[in-house]
Amino acid sequence: MSEPPTAPPGVTAGALFAGFLQVGVSGFGGVLPFARRMLVEQRRWLTEQEFTEILSLAQFLPGPNIVNVAVIVGRRFQGPLGAVVAPFGLMLLPQVIVLLLAAALAEVAEVEAVRGACRGIAAAASGLVLAMALRMAEPIRRTAWQVGIGAIVFAAIGLVRLPMLWVLAAVVPLALALAWWRRK
Amino acid sequence: MIPPLLLDLALQFLVLSLLSFGGANAIIPEIQLRVVEIEHWLTAADFSQMFALSQAAPGPNVLIVSLVGWKVAGVAGALVAMGAMCGPSSLLTYYVARAWDRFRDAPLRVAIQRALAPVTVGLILASGYVLTRTSGDAWPAYAVTGATLLAVMSTRLHPLWLLAAAAALGAFGVV
Repeated sequence: MSEPPTAPPGVTAGALFAGFLQVGVSGFGGVLPFARRMLVEQRRWLTEQEFTEILSLAQFLPGPNIVNVAVIVGRRFQGPLGAVVAPFGLMLLPQVIVLLLAAALAEVAEVEAVRGACRGIAAAASGLVLAMALRMAEPIRRTAWQVGIGAIVFAAIGLVRLPMLWVLAAVVPLALALAWWRRK
Repeated sequence: MIPPLLLDLALQFLVLSLLSFGGANAIIPEIQLRVVEIEHWLTAADFSQMFALSQAAPGPNVLIVSLVGWKVAGVAGALVAMGAMCGPSSLLTYYVARAWDRFRDAPLRVAIQRALAPVTVGLILASGYVLTRTSGDAWPAYAVTGATLLAVMSTRLHPLWLLAAAAALGAFGVV
């Protein structure tokens, strides 16, 4: 990722904008699979392995993963301009659509069936988030200190409801120390 | 002169941007804590409704942030919250991406990744728990959450079908 310009011809700022615009409106509850399809299969801007490397960096840094992917891909092909244009294209339509939906929802928010539907969706979507957590726990569940760190973060933020800044200020250095001490 | 409410909203999300290891889902308990419990900008029911909308609408799940901003301060609030949420983390990503590959196998890089993985899992698990508790504190809602969890873990059904089924159950008054 350090030396960008091996760009396939045609990956202009406009192409980045259009590509990520398409990704933005493709996915419901998660657009990453659509980003992979666009970048690797349809437009072939990246190989499968390049995409996986970019994704792992994007997931490990703070911030919305897909926005980070757009920043990295945009930067790789068009430098600072690309790093602005790609995430902007990604968020533009979803942002407009969700605000229109929110305004429409506000009009009918008192209708009992609408409130019920929202309760149903929220309950199901909570299940999706739990499933995501369990999937992500798979690679760490055999390492005792990692399970411990995960449990502390869950208890402090989910159960005790401590402010996140305090919890991370205490736990992240501890996790880094453990990871360094237990490095292979 | 920037309205104090917008400034406050921006400050909240500028900080959360750099704490959101694991993306928007990781900071849902903290957003809920700040905007519902501390600032009282939204009720718990409002928050749950905005979460439902962010999941049912097309696009990344970070849209919850702009919906919270919209509830607090209209369209300006939505744009400010989203800009604040994406700005710092994007800048960090931009600069780290430049350096990252040079340290591909560096022990420090591997250690950082191994340290942050369980933090992310803990954060997202906490989100799932808080969302379950706030999205209908009654057994039918818990049943829908549990059934969705089971369906996702054991089938290849597209999540949108599960959301649609749950919406129908809710609309008919079951949840």
